[in-house]
Amino acid sequence: MSLTVSEKKDLLKVATQVRRDVVRMVHGAKGGHPGGALGCTDLFVLLYFKYMKHHKNFSMDGKDEDLFFLSNGHISAVWYSTLARFGYFPVKELDSHRKINSRLQGHPTPHEHLEGIRMASGSLGQGLSVAIGAAHAKKLNKDSRLVYCLMGDGELQEGQVWEAAMYAPNRQIDNLIAFVDYNGQQIDGPVDKVMSLLDLRAKWESFGWTVLESNGNDLEELSETIEQAQLLCGQGKPIIVLMTTSMGYGVDFMMGSHKWHGVAPNDTELEKALMQLVDGMEDY
Amino acid sequence: MKKFTFTEKLDTRSGFGVGLVEAAKQNADVVALCADLTGSLKMDAFAKEFPERFFQVGIAEANMMGLAAGMTIGGKIPFTGTFANFSTGRVYDQIRQSIAYSNKNVKIAASHAGLTLGEDGATHQILEDLGLMKMLPGMVVINPCDFNQTKAATIAVAKYVGPVYLRFGRPTVPNFTPAEQVFEIGKAVMLNEGSDVTIIATGHLVWEAILAGEILAEKGINAEIINIHTIKPLDEQAILKSVAKTGCVVSAEEHNYIGGLGESIASLLGRHNPKPIEMVAVQDTFGESGIPDQLMKKYGLTAADIVAKVEKVIARK
Repeated sequence: MSLTVSEKKDLLKVATQVRRDVVRMVHGAKGGHPGGALGCTDLFVLLYFKYMKHHKNFSMDGKDEDLFFLSNGHISAVWYSTLARFGYFPVKELDSHRKINSRLQGHPTPHEHLEGIRMASGSLGQGLSVAIGAAHAKKLNKDSRLVYCLMGDGELQEGQVWEAAMYAPNRQIDNLIAFVDYNGQQIDGPVDKVMSLLDLRAKWESFGWTVLESNGNDLEELSETIEQAQLLCGQGKPIIVLMTTSMGYGVDFMMGSHKWHGVAPNDTELEKALMQLVDGMEDY
Repeated sequence: MKKFTFTEKLDTRSGFGVGLVEAAKQNADVVALCADLTGSLKMDAFAKEFPERFFQVGIAEANMMGLAAGMTIGGKIPFTGTFANFSTGRVYDQIRQSIAYSNKNVKIAASHAGLTLGEDGATHQILEDLGLMKMLPGMVVINPCDFNQTKAATIAVAKYVGPVYLRFGRPTVPNFTPAEQVFEIGKAVMLNEGSDVTIIATGHLVWEAILAGEILAEKGINAEIINIHTIKPLDEQAILKSVAKTGCVVSAEEHNYIGGLGESIASLLGRHNPKPIEMVAVQDTFGESGIPDQLMKKYGLTAADIVAKVEKVIARK
């Protein structure tokens, strides 16, 4: 068992609050991408509140820290909330998401100097390459910390992902753990209908990656998978976790449909959503 | 007209190769990536001397740009190496998001720019790269004129913090600038002071401008010749000062006239001191196969073309 009872309780509390933040941010901005953000909340909370070594006193180089790169930048709300809740910047700033003069742009960027963000993302397919580059730099610097990267499943339709997928095993990038948000949905519908990924495990394995699978909305299972992935680092191969999630997880009417990929809840829907997300912390 | 001489013709890409090794000796954080064109980019010496700092990425330029951006996190100073076409148009979005917008300290080293790549033809002869790169906020754009200047530019950009596009070429051209020059990013180089016309050239068209200056001198036309190696940021003061004296400009570059150096100068003059300008550049067409000299002639990029444009622009004063 990788999480103690009290740890799990604490992490669930944070996850609930992050989900509350996500729906409130998207509602406040009257736009955004709640579906993937809610689906990936458990991963963000586990990485930032348990598994990554990192400081809220942000430095771009992140020496001797674990680094995280979000390739599917449209789920920015969950990242912003996680960073703020950890203490990178004031939680009140979450209210500015997607609004004018904000550091919390629709898609994440270091351009506005928001603590915690090292790379812009939004145009899909670029994050894995960046994460591999950062992993290379860590090796050159004899820095033993790890690099984490999250991609969407629809995003895997981008060609650059497979350039990066080919590169990493060839260069023994074994200080990298990548995750795929395997929720099976993209803007135009189910991934299988838009452009099927077919046997995704076989694809990554054939490129030379160690492939793990996990339920991304079960804190304990995901936690065990992350620990397993960490143990597999340093063995000459990059690691990828195919993380099955439910888009919109935590809010029943947002779950399992691509409809909530990029739509904000109205006032009634917000209220309904927040009633399902209880026992969090304090709203911003 | 001041006399310019050279002892040998050398390719600017070799200037890059030598400069890269020198930059790497000066700073252990300099690393290099190449997309299967190590010999063409003259990166072999670097790869041999610093194997642990050299990254062969295969034919995957988009990934190369992302890797380079990532390597800056942790303090590395990556130089990416491929042809100018594959350094810009092929990977524009990667450069835009992961390098320029993210303000990453990546040096994009782009060889075989322009028509003089030669026989491979238009698929490889990019004539739009300066325009593409100068439009990106924060991107420094440099196009040196000979071996020595390219070497000096390479060393200088390694010291500069921020994204840089460094453009050079394949053919051998007269190596006439001083071996031990200091390269100042954004600073124009005054080659010949004159009073009748300002010729502003970049890349290996600078030598053509010098040849044109000699022909013009024989005709009694006193040309001021300026080498602009940094297209962005443009040395606006140097240009405005010269044009205030001469009253007209001819620009010269191996690039489409749309988006190139000439366009930047025309914009500057339009905003501050409207004067006639003529542009020696490719006239919004693609290139074709041929040897460099034939192509330069066919597409109007020779000293004779500069002379003709000078006569035309002086008549418009």
